Amino acid sequence: MKPAPALAEGFPDLSGLRIAREPHWFRWLSAALIVLVLAAIARAFANGQIEWSYVSRFLTAKVILEGIVNTMVMAVLAMALGIVLGIVVAIMRLSPNPVLKMVAAGYTWLFRGTPLILQLLLWFNLALVFPTIGIPGLWSARAVDVMTPFLAALLGLGINQGAYTSEVMRAGMLSVDIGQYEAAQAIGMGRLRALRRIVLPQAMRVVIPPLGNEFISMVKATSLASVIQYPELLHNAENIYYANSRVIELLIVAGLWYLLVVSILTPLQMLLERRFARGTLRLAR
Amino acid sequence: MTRPLVAIRSVSKNFGEFQALENVSLDVWPGEVMCLIGASGSGKTTLLRCINQLAMIDAGGIWLDGELLGVREQGGRLHRLSEREIGRQRLKTGMVFQRFNLFPHKTALENITEGPTQVQGRKSDEVRAEALELLRRVGLSAKADWYPAQLSGGQQQRVAIARALAMKPMLMLFDEPTSALDPELVGEVLAVMKELAKSGMTMMVVTHELGFAREVADRVVYMDQGAIVEQGRASDVLGAPREERTRAFLSAVI
Repeated sequence: MKPAPALAEGFPDLSGLRIAREPHWFRWLSAALIVLVLAAIARAFANGQIEWSYVSRFLTAKVILEGIVNTMVMAVLAMALGIVLGIVVAIMRLSPNPVLKMVAAGYTWLFRGTPLILQLLLWFNLALVFPTIGIPGLWSARAVDVMTPFLAALLGLGINQGAYTSEVMRAGMLSVDIGQYEAAQAIGMGRLRALRRIVLPQAMRVVIPPLGNEFISMVKATSLASVIQYPELLHNAENIYYANSRVIELLIVAGLWYLLVVSILTPLQMLLERRFARGTLRLAR
Repeated sequence: MTRPLVAIRSVSKNFGEFQALENVSLDVWPGEVMCLIGASGSGKTTLLRCINQLAMIDAGGIWLDGELLGVREQGGRLHRLSEREIGRQRLKTGMVFQRFNLFPHKTALENITEGPTQVQGRKSDEVRAEALELLRRVGLSAKADWYPAQLSGGQQQRVAIARALAMKPMLMLFDEPTSALDPELVGEVLAVMKELAKSGMTMMVVTHELGFAREVADRVVYMDQGAIVEQGRASDVLGAPREERTRAFLSAVI
């Protein structure tokens, strides 16, 4: 065996030297510019026709707080309805049965294809089409009494959400490797059990970020229910400014609350993601 | 006279224009270890998948333990079995996949107990004890609570073998079980398979590991273009092939 050759000369020893800090002039400059712009905007608002005392006074008014509670209740219930519908419709869409496939595709087409506000108005005015609703011989009621703003908003928002969620769910299910279905089948599982035990838990990991997106949209979409008299945050803020004419102040109040709620939701989503990331390499010990 | 555990008669299978299996007939006897060799696309994997009904045959019939698979004869016609009945028939076979296909959101132990508890509805503490025994048998007692992503390929494949065994199958199907493994990990999986063969399990193994075939197989079947070209004792087929195509394949592989 040959001895290792001596190292060539001419390459200086760099040990003991440290990497210098860059001055980053451009970062300082751009940061200063942005501070300046923000200050200008703040000054403009401070001198504008806004009575900030109204903002702070109404920020915690009882009607506003009731509004935010109603907004959250509606967002959670409508999203729950949307997720249940979305999962069912996604499973139908991926089923080998052509009838189920068509029904699922038709549902998505109809409810994604029309504006949400129109759907809310249709549900709320259902009594114009069907004065009484019920099951023949068992139960019936006047549609006006049944179709409260709450129910109309829940159906309108939830069923619309289901159409979008079904596509999110379908994407999640398609992202799971076909080998997982086969492995589930090979241990004797039927299609639905394989979906429930093996495919959906893995799909959840993929669908949580887009579902978080959808939920944040939903929180804000509940404001559309103000047109059908559902007493959510925006509706209640409007009612106050109809009385006191402080339009901008109350819109700012509502806006601050929406921002706060969305800010709280983001870390909650990260907790959920962690829960469903079980077994992925990123969290391996 | 015993009857074959698997009887394959005149089976054909097409994928569109491509004929994956062409009039294949074969018997597998209880306790036999059969290795299927051949180039990719020769139909050996498809044959395994047809026995496990992950693929449906287009013509012919496969009997497992005397029971016709996938269809029922009634009034001169064949009627497809329901998903539930096919699921029941699948329990008689255990499948090991090339890419392991462990459930990534479940630990090694949970992968093994999933089938017995969820599909067979057996008591979980009893299943758990059996699963731990299976893990010991494949040499992975220490990894029970690890997730697949934390295991090496060889370890994952050994868990996959244990998962298939947990269903107490009569027949084990191996679809290129070592093809996705780094070379240094092949041996540990083959060792588990050898031990299984010694225990008397009936096995059909699609493999490129000719050394394993020579050492363990009772019979080697060489397939080409969807048909069986040659079969016989491992020493005969691998050592002194009669057919020109077999010779060409073997010289290309070695």
